[in-house]
Amino acid sequence: MPRTEFSPSIATRPVYAALKAHGSAPALMLADAEGAEALIELAAADPAVMDRAHLIYIPAGAAHGPRLRELGAKMYHEAPSFSAALERYRKALLDAKMGTQLYLAGTEGLIGQAAAEALAAGLPADAIQSEHRGSIARRMQCVHCKGVTEDVTTDPFVCSHCGLTLFVRDHFSRRLGAFQGVCVDAETPGIVPEMKEIKA
Amino acid sequence: MTLNFNDETFRGDYTFRNSPAAIRRFPFPFDQDSYMYSVNLEPHAGGREGSPFQNRFDVDEHYVAEMKDREITLTEDPLRCQSLPHMELAGWDFLELVMVSKSEDYPELFTLNRDGDRWHWINRPLGIEQRFTFLDPTTLPCGPMEYITRQTQGDHALLDQRDGNLWMDAGMVTSQADWSLDFDIGMNFYEWHAPVPKANEMGVFQRALKFLLNLQQGAPVRRLNWTMTVNPRLDTSPENYHKWGPEKRTITPENVGEKQHLRVELQTLWRLPRSNAIAFPIRCYLMSLEDIVSQPKWGRRLHRVLRDLPDELAEYKGFAVNRPVIVDYLSKFDDGAETSPGIFPD
Ligand code: HEM
Repeated sequence: MPRTEFSPSIATRPVYAALKAHGSAPALMLADAEGAEALIELAAADPAVMDRAHLIYIPAGAAHGPRLRELGAKMYHEAPSFSAALERYRKALLDAKMGTQLYLAGTEGLIGQAAAEALAAGLPADAIQSEHRGSIARRMQCVHCKGVTEDVTTDPFVCSHCGLTLFVRDHFSRRLGAFQGVCVDAETPGIVPEMKEIKA
Repeated sequence: MTLNFNDETFRGDYTFRNSPAAIRRFPFPFDQDSYMYSVNLEPHAGGREGSPFQNRFDVDEHYVAEMKDREITLTEDPLRCQSLPHMELAGWDFLELVMVSKSEDYPELFTLNRDGDRWHWINRPLGIEQRFTFLDPTTLPCGPMEYITRQTQGDHALLDQRDGNLWMDAGMVTSQADWSLDFDIGMNFYEWHAPVPKANEMGVFQRALKFLLNLQQGAPVRRLNWTMTVNPRLDTSPENYHKWGPEKRTITPENVGEKQHLRVELQTLWRLPRSNAIAFPIRCYLMSLEDIVSQPKWGRRLHRVLRDLPDELAEYKGFAVNRPVIVDYLSKFDDGAETSPGIFPD
């Protein structure tokens, strides 16, 4: 699956470039599903990028695992979910040396959470690269109850915590790693527009 | 000047009212018959006697009731007041600025005695007396920013300055025009302004930020911003939008004059001495259309501004649905006569 191009929007809506190798600098890599292909292309462009890399992959049903493993990262680990990978990822951030490059690839939910963790751990923003691949589902925070709903693919959607029907804003918080969801029928309770698939 | 503090509410039965004196001193935000975003910054160095620009932190008849309303909001949602750990010094800077300014500008209401770092603060309207050690957080009942902003009208943001940008890293936000501190905290100047239409393309934010990065201590600046609010409600937060949203649809030609309010924010910007942060108080003034049209110049002008405002701005400010009823009401107070320059009533 090729890199996703998102349509122009407001300044907080993240945009993602293609990953660029920083040679054999220490690297932490985290990818889910189709994000694997971004790392495969990265390694093809500069195999040295894997020399000191710690690569964590969350397949989420995709079959790229074996090919990723063959790229020869110094450490390779597969995790069944982001939350399963979280403690390992946090430890890797904690252990990161000066100059460590963080490569994130895959869905916005993964990129948003992983970047927020990295910023909170003190990694400089310019050491973080991210490339979007695969599902354009969004990670949404409900502004009312503060609960986060993962993998939102429709607008509006129902908050998985408080049950309000929320519309999908492009306003994005890097601290939360989430877009903002706001009650769609606040002014006219019960009158909800038709659900549509969200677009890139 | 003696002030009588109103016993009034900003929710539920909405007993908020402006006295005739408060109407005359309202900071009407339009100095001409049309409106568009601009870098409308000017020195905050006093102003007309009796106006909200005269003192550094304006205290008016709504003070006590506004602080009660803030307390209700904070009890329901403590996330309205947040401060990232590196912002505590800025909180002390701001506490000092407010206590010194208020005790000098309103000696009959506030007193500050300082003996080295041992401070004694008296706030008569709220019945508060506090002895504490400046810069020692264990001597206050809560953090310094929270302490002083529970006693200061308006919302407040504290901005850290680094990497050529301003970062909203602390705030007390209970009377906002529909934005969330909890969502925006940690964002920079361009990020928290991202939802605003047009202004970015016009270069407004770039020029404003450049100016603010050079803001000097002792030379505060101010600007006015405005929106429209149905009912005199301070807490028009996104958090509670599903609670106050239905009220927006209760406007009719019969009640629009009484229910529809012009909401004006007097925003000031202060460089803080120790932290080099910027304090950004956002002071909110509400006035019903009925009261606005009591000043003929304001009635004429508001009619023209709202009638001609670009749709994108009316949409963003959230009053597009009610604009026809509002403009229709105001048109009855616009005889087409010329209006005098400036914001003050004739
Ligand atoms: C540095 C302190 C400032 C803070 C913390 C701040 C914060 C905000 C926030 C949170 C919003 C609402 C955005 C949303 O819809 O979510 C906003 C709106 C806006 N801000 Fe600022 N702002 C600051 C300074 C300025 C300055 C100096 C200007 C000067 C031009 C400015 C111009 C605007 C405009 C034009 C809007 C749209 C308001 C409307 O149409 O109602 N801001 N600001």
